[in-house]
Amino acid sequence: MDLKEKVRTFITTNFYVADPSSLKDDQSLLEAGIVDSTGVLEVITFIEGELGVTVDDAEMVPENLDAVNNIVKFVQKKQGK
Amino acid sequence: MCGIAGIVALASGSKAPSREALAHMAGALEHRGPDEFGIYRDARAGLAHSRLSIIDLASGQQPLSNQDGTLWISFNGEIFNYVELREELKGLGHVFKTASDTEVIVHAWEAWGEAAFERMNGQWAVALWSSRDETFVLARDRVGVRPLYYAEAGGRVLFASEVKALFAGDPSLPRELDPVGLDETFTFWSVVPPQTLFKGVRELEPGHVRVYRRGTLQHDVAFWKPAYPEAGVPMFKGSLEDATLALDAALAKATMLRMVRADVPVGSYLSGGLDSSVVAALAKRVKPSGFRTFSLRFADAEYDETPYQRAMVQRLGTEHAEIVVSRQDIANVFPTVIRFTERPVLRTAPAPLFLLSKLVHDNGIKVVLTGEGSDEMLAGYDLFREAKVRRFWAKNPKSAWRPLLLQRLYPYLSRSPVSQQALTRQFFGRGLERAKDPGFGHEPRWSSTAALKRLFSAEVKAAVGELDVVKRFLSTLPPEFPRWSFLAQDQYIEVRTLLSGYLMSSQGDRMLMGNSVEGRFPFLDREVIALANSLPASYKLKLLDEKHVLKRVAKDLVTPEILNRPKQPYRAPDALSFVGPERPAYVDEAMSESALKASGLFDPKAVGQLWQKCLGRKDDGQFSNTDNMAVVGVLSAQLLHSQLVASAPAKKEPPLKTVVER
Repeated sequence: MDLKEKVRTFITTNFYVADPSSLKDDQSLLEAGIVDSTGVLEVITFIEGELGVTVDDAEMVPENLDAVNNIVKFVQKKQGK
Repeated sequence: MCGIAGIVALASGSKAPSREALAHMAGALEHRGPDEFGIYRDARAGLAHSRLSIIDLASGQQPLSNQDGTLWISFNGEIFNYVELREELKGLGHVFKTASDTEVIVHAWEAWGEAAFERMNGQWAVALWSSRDETFVLARDRVGVRPLYYAEAGGRVLFASEVKALFAGDPSLPRELDPVGLDETFTFWSVVPPQTLFKGVRELEPGHVRVYRRGTLQHDVAFWKPAYPEAGVPMFKGSLEDATLALDAALAKATMLRMVRADVPVGSYLSGGLDSSVVAALAKRVKPSGFRTFSLRFADAEYDETPYQRAMVQRLGTEHAEIVVSRQDIANVFPTVIRFTERPVLRTAPAPLFLLSKLVHDNGIKVVLTGEGSDEMLAGYDLFREAKVRRFWAKNPKSAWRPLLLQRLYPYLSRSPVSQQALTRQFFGRGLERAKDPGFGHEPRWSSTAALKRLFSAEVKAAVGELDVVKRFLSTLPPEFPRWSFLAQDQYIEVRTLLSGYLMSSQGDRMLMGNSVEGRFPFLDREVIALANSLPASYKLKLLDEKHVLKRVAKDLVTPEILNRPKQPYRAPDALSFVGPERPAYVDEAMSESALKASGLFDPKAVGQLWQKCLGRKDDGQFSNTDNMAVVGVLSAQLLHSQLVASAPAKKEPPLKTVVER
């Protein structure tokens, strides 16, 4: 499974999206109400636990976490790819 | 306090109400009025009544009529100014047979017609049938304290205090959930009257009167509307100190009326918060000895307010009783709670209140005062403060420090990593450009709740279609709305969307009546509402100090700890109540794939993902707001479906004390 697929699967499963195709890769997860303030911690736990990337305090910003594409880009950058 | 129901044939050829159907309707409402049952029936109309005797215990039986027996009433509730109205009517030549408030309504209708309702200060739902001119009237108090549902089918109109009595009165009525009712629930946290959860069933809007004449609906109109000051036109012209004195007097009178207009003892809830403490303190003045108070404690410390409750009991010297509620208790009682709410809920908060009213009942008390309505009328909710900060921020969206005010509202924000505040800002900063639009204050709540609609089944989504319930609701705002202060706008929307549909029903009437206990609400007194609405916004929400004017009133009434404590919203453990290993078997059954497929309300796969996630969490307590609402919302909707859709309400034949047949 490639990285984007992994991230999508996590988001649609952990946040129970009945129709996964409705989630666009650049959709803001906060704006869509899929992720709330506690949900952000679940996203961080996933990135650190499943993808092996540490998220520093300063990196907890919408640009890194608030869409499938943003998470993918952030993780790739951190992995040095 | 009682249950009312009935059937009126609109066309002369339609089926006349049978004695059996009326008895079944009264039987379905037995919990609301276990003391006496009665019916009235003629060729066109039938009224049913189940009575909880509180005023005029000896002769207040219903249905009851005027002097010549041509005008009949079935009435639920209290008219707190009935003594004054009776004197006025006597002056007009009316002669009374009983000492009840019910008879006053009959004569008031004869004297004043529809203008009678505006004169009534109270909490009530009423049905009147005039056989002389074939007029049928339904009416309901200003803010919808007492419930009233109706359905038109087969050339007849059926009405009842609870939906189950409609189904009991006509088993041929379709029992089907309305996807639009679900959509509203998963947006506003409640259906908004006249919308209900059931297809074909409507709820009479608060403050409305609905009149049929000779089989035709004549109108359904508001006899009362809330009035707030419009820009540049002050309503209350006094100082803050004047407002404090006026509120003190209005609350004292409202509480006194609710204490003395009863022929049984009246007690009070004591939550540990400001509102019920004020009410109990004012009530204690009316009944200095033997005054009973009741409190709810939580086994989970996070929700518990015991020290504040105890401090108030000590100060007042009341005869106090309390219960401690655990997660397990909530899970065990939840199906019974939904049997009474007759609607899905997104919080378990009603469940402990059901257990509290049972405590009251078991202590032999039939009537309690509570502090409900204060947060709506005097601006106590965090939402009002949040909206104020967001509007202030919207004036300068680039400001870095304006959104920091949110931390004053939600202290947990300041404990999160600095950068996570960027995410919080992303959440609260949505739609700042719409700061002046109606609904701006409620938008974060509505949109985050509506996100849960992703759990709906494809069938429910398709049935709702393009309908946007927020747009539909906003299209019903009155023309004067934009001329009110932003606070008044937010208060109005809060009252319309949640006061009657959730607070007064799922956390109020239904939880109290489930144990045959009547609630009385001084903050929802006619004069208190009028005064509170007339005040300038800054008297209610002074900078970010909520209920400011009430705190000034409370200074001499409550302990300093209660006066100065930060507001704690009433909450109970939500998803946590249902995921522990000791959970009752019905929970897994209701959340199972087969039950979800059977109800057709939610997508089984998505709910399965939600449920597995929450079960995996178990007791660690870290449930997001979204997960909490999702679990409780799905579970309660599933229970509702199995109780009132998949099966019909049980038939009960109550012993009829009053039977009038013509």
